[in-house]
Amino acid sequence: MQLFVEQTLNGLQLGFTLLMVSAGLTLIFGIMNIINLAHGSLFMVGAFVAADVGGRTGNYAVALLAGTAAAAVVGMFVEFVLIRRLYLRDHLDQVLATFALVLMANEAVQMIWGTRPGGVSTPAFLDRTVTVFPGLPYPAYRLAIIAAGIAAISSLYLLVDRTRIGMWIRAGTTHRELLGAFGVNVRLLYTLVFAIGAGLAGFAGVVASPFLSVESGVGDNFLILSFVVIVVGGIGSLKGAVYGSLLLGLVDTWARTYLPLGFDGFLDASTAATVGASVASASIYVVMIVVLVVKPNGLFGLPDG
Amino acid sequence: MTSLAGGYGPTQVLYDVSVEVGEGEIVGLLGRNGMGKTTTISTMFGLLAPSSGSISFDGAQIAGHRPFQISRRGLSLVPEGRQVFPLLTVQQNLEATVRASVSGDRRWTVGTVFELFPQLADRRQNLGVHLSGGEQQMLAIGRALVMNPRLLVLDEATEGLAPTVRAAIFAVLRILKEQGQSILIVDAYLQKLLTLTDRNVVIEKGRTVWSGTTEDLIASPGVADRYLGVGV
Repeated sequence: MQLFVEQTLNGLQLGFTLLMVSAGLTLIFGIMNIINLAHGSLFMVGAFVAADVGGRTGNYAVALLAGTAAAAVVGMFVEFVLIRRLYLRDHLDQVLATFALVLMANEAVQMIWGTRPGGVSTPAFLDRTVTVFPGLPYPAYRLAIIAAGIAAISSLYLLVDRTRIGMWIRAGTTHRELLGAFGVNVRLLYTLVFAIGAGLAGFAGVVASPFLSVESGVGDNFLILSFVVIVVGGIGSLKGAVYGSLLLGLVDTWARTYLPLGFDGFLDASTAATVGASVASASIYVVMIVVLVVKPNGLFGLPDG
Repeated sequence: MTSLAGGYGPTQVLYDVSVEVGEGEIVGLLGRNGMGKTTTISTMFGLLAPSSGSISFDGAQIAGHRPFQISRRGLSLVPEGRQVFPLLTVQQNLEATVRASVSGDRRWTVGTVFELFPQLADRRQNLGVHLSGGEQQMLAIGRALVMNPRLLVLDEATEGLAPTVRAAIFAVLRILKEQGQSILIVDAYLQKLLTLTDRNVVIEKGRTVWSGTTEDLIASPGVADRYLGVGV
């Protein structure tokens, strides 16, 4: 039971980290119709800038702010220089152009920060454990990530659901062209959406970096998982991103814990561990296949047309 | 707009369209399907780029400007097919576009639109996607009105609506006319339309082929016969 609670919390923590990456990805894909492979690079920018600033100042809050802001600013710049030229191009062009960005970003961080990057250390007041369950001490920092994820996504939800900008964003998912005729500066709106998505990815990069080795390409794995999330949740749906992230975060974590244990019953220990881990890494794709068979547009996707 | 030409990419639809709407005037834009009415309107709003010709509004050139710049000068659109925002509630559809007129006037607000269309007020929390065709048309008109436009443009004001709903829409347009709202309108129901318009412009194959007052149009039945395929 302790193991289950612990792994569930780990799964939620992965889920919320994924959610912060995939929320931006789904907004950008759903609203702007842009496949942005470089979204993971914004995660990386957040992690690297935070590592740099954290290393200099020793202040986690400053590092978090700097990493998030840097990702948002880089996102805005990229949208302005490259992405807005891709809106009317097909997805293949977008994939090629943003993949080029991934390669450039991966090289760029190495040129700036070298191959042996620092890391962000957890802030002192969270560097302890909390007993969440009898006999189960759990790192406070991991709980804080879950809380930060909830806060970030709630803010995004309020922005999209309650504000005028959010109304334009939702109107733009279905009537991109027409929105301009209602006095909305669609280009500026898109730059803003892109910057918000980028900032969230950067934020996720900072908060996740204590568990990761911050190195070139660190966001790429999150990018792939996030694409699975938004396909499962339904492209363009924030609600879908929430359910998709949490579902996949939990499935992935549970599978990595329990499948090796399950195979232990009829295989020798080391084989069970290897086979279990391999099957576990495929688990989210199994979920994706099942979801797509049942609901081809994802859990909360809009029907075609 | 004068001698406007344009179309979709390489496909030229408009060759020589001229339309003028004066202050407080209601002008009908007539022509059979596929003659360029919607293309004319899209070009006016900057949704399509004109290849030549000029569009002036309130003395300023607006051809080639971006749609939001054009609309902020005081043009608002009730688009063909209504195009209400399906993921927004009725109330949000209106809140999303509400703004003061260029001169700062706020005659139309979410509240006054609900007074004009009480039926919409009852459905204010419903999503746009769940409205009937008539309600969508009312919402599309309301959404254009809350922008407090100097010129209201209606593309297919009553297309596909039941006769009673169509009559209700025309009644509202008549109220707007009495208030001095300038309107450019496209509608297939010619006889009804002509009870509303002051002047009319007929386009065929992307060219303005006739323009004049409603009395003149009714007095020259050949025009409607020839270009619209209907009697007046």
